[in-house]
Amino acid sequence: MSAEEPIRTESAAASAPAAVDGPPVLIRLEGVRKQFGGHPVFRDLTLAFRRGETAVVLGASGVGKSIMLKLILGLVKPDAGRIYIDGAEITRLDERHLMPLRTRFGMLFQGAALFDFLTVYENVAFTLREHKTWPEETVREVVRQKLALVDMDGTEDLLPEELSGGMKKRVGLARAIAMDPEVILYDEPTTGLDPVTADTINELIVRCQRELKTTSIVVTHDMASAYKVGDRLVMLHEGEVIADGPPEAIRGHRDVRVQRFIHGDASLAAPAPQGDIP
Amino acid sequence: MGIAKPIADMGRYVADRVGDLGRFTIFSAHMFRWVFTDFTRWRLLQPQLYEVGVRSMPVIVFTGAFVGMVLAVQSYFQFESVGRGSWSGAVINLSVVKELGPVLAGVMIAGRVGGALAAGLGTMKVTEQIDALRAMGADPIRHLVVPRFLACLLLIPFLTVYCDFVGIVGGYVVAWGYGVDTHEYWMHSANVIENWDIAAGLIKSAFFGAAIALVACYKGFQSRQGAEGVGRAATEAFVVSFMAILILDLFIVLFLQGLYDYLWGRASIFL
Repeated sequence: MSAEEPIRTESAAASAPAAVDGPPVLIRLEGVRKQFGGHPVFRDLTLAFRRGETAVVLGASGVGKSIMLKLILGLVKPDAGRIYIDGAEITRLDERHLMPLRTRFGMLFQGAALFDFLTVYENVAFTLREHKTWPEETVREVVRQKLALVDMDGTEDLLPEELSGGMKKRVGLARAIAMDPEVILYDEPTTGLDPVTADTINELIVRCQRELKTTSIVVTHDMASAYKVGDRLVMLHEGEVIADGPPEAIRGHRDVRVQRFIHGDASLAAPAPQGDIP
Repeated sequence: MGIAKPIADMGRYVADRVGDLGRFTIFSAHMFRWVFTDFTRWRLLQPQLYEVGVRSMPVIVFTGAFVGMVLAVQSYFQFESVGRGSWSGAVINLSVVKELGPVLAGVMIAGRVGGALAAGLGTMKVTEQIDALRAMGADPIRHLVVPRFLACLLLIPFLTVYCDFVGIVGGYVVAWGYGVDTHEYWMHSANVIENWDIAAGLIKSAFFGAAIALVACYKGFQSRQGAEGVGRAATEAFVVSFMAILILDLFIVLFLQGLYDYLWGRASIFL
């Protein structure tokens, strides 16, 4: 999505992807409702992601950012509403039909979620062995390339328990991009990391985006990360989209809830109106 | 108002249990579909064979040996009081191969393997490793449950053979210590124990292995978040497996006894 595109509020976001020129919509959530144990997470979430963009989804802890990623992958089913991937509805698909669809995605989980019984090499090779009929030499070469891309070459024989938090995230990223996915989903990629390591991860996200030309959705509450990797920021609050647009527009957003979040200041008052920013 | 709440609570409890049984049935059916349509890969099965088989050996040997020895201590003096001390071998060895070997091996494996399987899978669930498998287009039941199920199904009968063997040796050592005539001890044992008795014990153990694996894996997959959730899953896996072993034991014994009577007629060790 270009930086010139206007900020979309929740209601605008529902109609904007079809109305505005630009890359086609790849992922669309329409009127999604989800609750856990009587606690509503999404009441009526409508949101679309375009092919090739890096969208950062912001929001406080527990607002449902990670659930949104799992809804997109079909790991969690919505109570109501529809989810489309490339124009095809996936909401009611069963696991057998979702499995091939998921190979088009790569996901970096919050804690990396590396398989603790497999080595780094086996973790990255997992999807290749599962979905490709390549000889082991080809798998080995692809794994080597992916680990080199995230600066983790030479760690093939290590177990996840021997890696630091940042190294796990990098191996998790190598695993996520092993199949050259169309879409990469990042769940809190910098959470729990020191600022320097977090910046390294941000650099890797940018590098993957540049070299692999993927669509990326990054879920985070780290504003430094959001500004660095995102060309579109979406803010969720109480299960709804309250801001949606390029980073510079979000910086000047008038909604006090947005300003409080991006400045990390709960006592912040609403800013004075600025021009025609909604 | 006074009676409504207990009735509502009871209804909710029953609905939860029925729902749990339904989920377990779907889980098991899903697992069996993979077992029969796409046999697990050696790469996945091998570590589970090691975990279930090799690492359970010490506890199985320990259990078998002490079961045999305790049986010998308790039965020898009863037979000796009627001047038939060497007959204790028949009772000790028959008890071990038909009942105590398979059941106690099953119980020990439910504790050691069942708890470990549930805790391991529960940890994988709370650390999102199971979600990661699904996100990569892989079926967690095929990759995680099928190898564990097959390892338990195939190896628990072998472990039971070890348990039986060590129990028989343990019983003999104690009887020998009491001065029982070795030839008579083994002769009475051989006269009483049939191949059917050994086979019945092994058939039971295969069912116990299947039940332990299914219950433990299901509990692991259903684990709630946090250390408490994983700990609870491991505990529940053991308790439910233990109950399943006892219930299965009764019904398998009833079935096998009926089958034996049908094929060869009723037999007694006293005739």
